[in-house]
Amino acid sequence: MQYMLSVHSVEGAPTPSDEEMQIAFAQTDRVNAELQAAGAWVFGGGLHPPNSATVVRVDGGATTMTDGPFAETKEQLGGFWVIRCDDLDQALAWAEKCAVACMNPVEVRPFHDEG
Amino acid sequence: MDIASVYRAEYGRCVATLVRLLGDIGLAEEAVQDAFAVAVEKWALPDGDGLPPNPGAWIVTTARNRAIDRLRRESTREARHAQALLLHQPDDEPREVGPVRDDQLRLIFTCCHPALSPLAQTALTLRLLGGLEAAEIARAYLVPEATVAQRIVRAKKKIRDAAIPYRVPEGRELPDRLPPVLTVLYLIFNEGYTSTSGTQLLRTDLCAEAVRLARALAALMPDEPEVLGLLALLLLIDARRPARVGPSGELVRLAEQDRSRWDRELIAEGHDLVRRCLRRNRPGPYQLQAAINAVHTDGTATDWTQVLALYDQLLLLAPTPIVALNRAVAVAEVHGPALALAAIETIELPGYHLLPATRADLLARLGRNTEALAAYDEAIALATNDTERTFLQNRRSDLDPSPATTENP
Repeated sequence: MQYMLSVHSVEGAPTPSDEEMQIAFAQTDRVNAELQAAGAWVFGGGLHPPNSATVVRVDGGATTMTDGPFAETKEQLGGFWVIRCDDLDQALAWAEKCAVACMNPVEVRPFHDEG
Repeated sequence: MDIASVYRAEYGRCVATLVRLLGDIGLAEEAVQDAFAVAVEKWALPDGDGLPPNPGAWIVTTARNRAIDRLRRESTREARHAQALLLHQPDDEPREVGPVRDDQLRLIFTCCHPALSPLAQTALTLRLLGGLEAAEIARAYLVPEATVAQRIVRAKKKIRDAAIPYRVPEGRELPDRLPPVLTVLYLIFNEGYTSTSGTQLLRTDLCAEAVRLARALAALMPDEPEVLGLLALLLLIDARRPARVGPSGELVRLAEQDRSRWDRELIAEGHDLVRRCLRRNRPGPYQLQAAINAVHTDGTATDWTQVLALYDQLLLLAPTPIVALNRAVAVAEVHGPALALAAIETIELPGYHLLPATRADLLARLGRNTEALAAYDEAIALATNDTERTFLQNRRSDLDPSPATTENP
């Protein structure tokens, strides 16, 4: 099974200090190493803020580009992991470690089976 | 034994075993239902075979064979996966496989997985392990049948899509995973004991189902004191059921109950379990509630000093408003209604009729009748069960024979 572990940041929530950010980065690096050592790592990374996003739409052959994220919501994706493990309990255990490391809630969502 | 009672007793166990054999809840349910359909023809017809010696084993074997037939005809991915699972069963497995108790335990933990919503946990447990139909669950919980059916479908889909495992959590996970299971069983029992709606006070079928599942859990986890505590609690409450409803269906309070109508066997079993818990000396909320109910059912009258001491301990472990309210009732018996009234002043339980009902009773005992009447009116307006509402209306008219000012909703 593959799961996406996504980190959502809430706009308007108090911004962490530089020191806190450094701690979160260092902790996240350690979890990444642990995921790799366990063979659970597929992919992962942090994203630039939503204002760096561009949305591409193709409608009736015409392509339009718009500046900014797809949905103007308060919660935006800040980063994610894709992990491989046997079942949801294992994914939830990894998510707990990830949430502690990055100091944010982590959403766990299963991928469709590869078939 | 007829087929209906075999269904009640064996459905959950058979589904649980088939879930292990097939790795899929939907396929397991279909297979067990197929097997019961065959059973109706084979056992019940006048020229049929009658009940086999071990109906559960017969259902599991038939369900398994039916599932193999069905899977051979289908070629979906789930079907292939289930077929592979069946083929990997060890060859030396006996042809006749009965329901395995561990399978039930595994399935209870899957149904009560924290990744599922509380309503889904309860509905799924009642559906898969109790064999109740969505309509029955909907009636018990006062929600539309479509809602229950949808929750069950969604929960089963989540179990499959997110790969919620069928397994009993290991030792270090148990402290987090056992409480939702105990909560679901307790909620099922409570809903049976005081239906949130309707004209009947008791729904004995739900009580019986909760007790049956708690017994199964206690048999499977005899070293978990909170599991024994929950079973003891349910047995000791259940034992008083015959005396709790009067001749015309009215509610009879503990102090006024005819103790000779209590079920002595259940009380003895409950007391025995409480003693086993005490010896382990690992108290928890269910064990303490069981101990409180053991005091209520010991001798000819309740020793309220002991009850209060147990509530003090319970309040430390589970500082909830409900526990505080129940503790206040014990305070009234030991120290009088004035202190109890002071104790409930800070309790906040919006919409819960027993808070104003308790306040009304305490005010009445203090002779503050005008305030007591207002509190009864508040409680009557909040009560959703007809029997409880009638009880409160009778208490109110004992104080003031003129009709209540608040109409029923």
